[in-house]
Amino acid sequence: MAEDNKNGKNGNGARVGLLERVKAGVKEDVQSLKTDMPAKAKEQIEHLKDPTKTQVYTSIFRHKHDDTPRNRALGVLSNVFLHLHPAKINRDAVRYSYTWGMGGITFYLFIVLTFTGVLLMFYYHPSKVQAFRDVLYLEHDVPFGKLLRNMHRWAAHLMVIAVWLHMFRVFLTGSYKKPREFNWNVGVILLVLTLLLSFTGYLLPDDQLGFWAVTVGTNMARATPLLGHEGPFGHQLGMTPYNDIRFGLLGGSIVDANALLRSYIWHCIGIPIVASIFMIVHFWRVRKDGGISGPAPVMLASEVKEPKK
Amino acid sequence: MDWRQLWEIASAPDNIPIVGLIPLLIFYIYLAWKQAKANDELIAELETSPAMAKTHHRKSWPFRPGWQKEVHVWPFLLRMEFLAAIIVSAILMVWSITLSAPLEEPSNPNLTMNPAKAPWYFLGLQEMLVYFDPWIAGVVMPTLIIVGLMVIPYIDTNPLGSGYYTWKQRKFSIGTFLFGFLFLWVAMIIIGTFIRGPGWQWFWPGQTWDHNRLIYEVNRDLPDIFGITSNLAKAIFGAVVVGGYYLAGGFIAHALFRRYNPKDYQRLSLLQYSIMMFFLLTMVALPAKMLLRLLWHIKYVWITPWFNV
Ligand code: HEM
Repeated sequence: MAEDNKNGKNGNGARVGLLERVKAGVKEDVQSLKTDMPAKAKEQIEHLKDPTKTQVYTSIFRHKHDDTPRNRALGVLSNVFLHLHPAKINRDAVRYSYTWGMGGITFYLFIVLTFTGVLLMFYYHPSKVQAFRDVLYLEHDVPFGKLLRNMHRWAAHLMVIAVWLHMFRVFLTGSYKKPREFNWNVGVILLVLTLLLSFTGYLLPDDQLGFWAVTVGTNMARATPLLGHEGPFGHQLGMTPYNDIRFGLLGGSIVDANALLRSYIWHCIGIPIVASIFMIVHFWRVRKDGGISGPAPVMLASEVKEPKK
Repeated sequence: MDWRQLWEIASAPDNIPIVGLIPLLIFYIYLAWKQAKANDELIAELETSPAMAKTHHRKSWPFRPGWQKEVHVWPFLLRMEFLAAIIVSAILMVWSITLSAPLEEPSNPNLTMNPAKAPWYFLGLQEMLVYFDPWIAGVVMPTLIIVGLMVIPYIDTNPLGSGYYTWKQRKFSIGTFLFGFLFLWVAMIIIGTFIRGPGWQWFWPGQTWDHNRLIYEVNRDLPDIFGITSNLAKAIFGAVVVGGYYLAGGFIAHALFRRYNPKDYQRLSLLQYSIMMFFLLTMVALPAKMLLRLLWHIKYVWITPWFNV
């Protein structure tokens, strides 16, 4: 800048000097485009050959993936979805014949149900006027709507079966014994929640099948001891069809619009959230209790240490 | 033999899960039994030779020499999980494409479905309605099942058989569980699905459902048989019979348990022992009451102004 001002006094000469310098500058710029850009392009192509070195890549994946024991461990530990697992497990705990994989299959079915369920929610209105028509619409007009509904229905049935089989194998392997007593109890609650999820979903198509199944089911609530109007001591405690526990469940004295809405909210929001929380605790405790219980070395009756009383 | 009737029931879309549950149960019981047998044989061998027991790896499916004790979760467990997810998805897809979820007429409170059946997984409870009043079958029994499952880890004091399949080390607990699960739960579901027809009457498989069939069953109450007429006497009589069942049954169970399970008997605290006895006797009370009905047409044992048992 200071130089510019000095030249400025000489008028014309200065202008020539400026022009020369601009020309030279532009020439340099052009030259740089000619030489630097191809070099950069070459460099870029080199980089593209190994995308794992790019900043975008390294910002997503926090470690390398060449096949070393360290990376195998990191692949599990540094992944939010996989860190449920330890890095290494007992060799024969992966044997299918021990766990039958039923807990994992139950969880996978829960994910499938969440996914298909959310898609169904886009088409379904929980009201007496719309519900049945929405299901018809899904069956006949929505692209893949029928497949969607079928998948949701059958995955729900499969999940009930898978939970039972899971509980069955946990029992048969004695996996509820110390220190897993608490997790067994979390499991029992998950079993109940699974059945309730299935049951609340049954009413939603608002057809005869669901209506009568839920009518039969909730009629039993009339007979709840103390809290139902037909149950033992219900009458004495002032229970009527309009204030007992069945009324609370259905939002009315008959299975109608309110029952449909309540069913819907329990089915799509209430129970899934509670079940998710219990599942998180369940998986956490599987880890904290020392992982899968076996296949453990067999123990002999002669080795049991009787606790002193 | 009405094959069409049989086919109609077996192929009803919502009954397919039960048709599938039976072979699944058979397969997994076989798988468990196979491993239990191998383990029991190993245990018997080790019990007889203490020298061998000291050095033995104690698994029926041992490591090969040179194998590492632990394996990486990635890929050894994850590939199993991935494979399981793919297989389950494939099964679900095929099932959903070939078989459609049921949709009946729109719900109509004025048109009763006959038979009106609960979803299949609750049919065991609905079957109990034949033998018990709704407050027992619909409220007390589910509660007892849930609580009963929850106390299992706290009343099973047998330290053997934790983390491996066995039969010989846990005959009592496994036997009891199998009885509850297979006979009182799964079998009742099968009866509810395949046998119960209109009016919840008994139709043998292949017998045509007759919607007009009426059966005049003259059911009696136990007090009637003894010629007891006054309400007070009936109530007292019933309490004595039910109390007597628990006392006498408890005494027999005590005599057997003490003899055949001396170690567990010694380990159990008074509280654990009473809880176990209560659940055991209540469980046995179900088939007992069913027999009373089926053999002698007895409806109630205990009649009070507030509730009947
Ligand atoms: C929504 C339902 C459930 C899900 C998603 C679930 C999931 C799992 C998973 C993934 C495991 C790891 C081992 C395996 O796959 O077997 C597991 C273990 C376990 N589950 Fe569940 N479970 C559920 C219900 C239950 C029920 C109903 C019970 C028992 C009443 C139960 C008791 C246990 C116990 C005690 C373990 C530890 C087993 C061991 O260490 O061998 N769970 N569960």
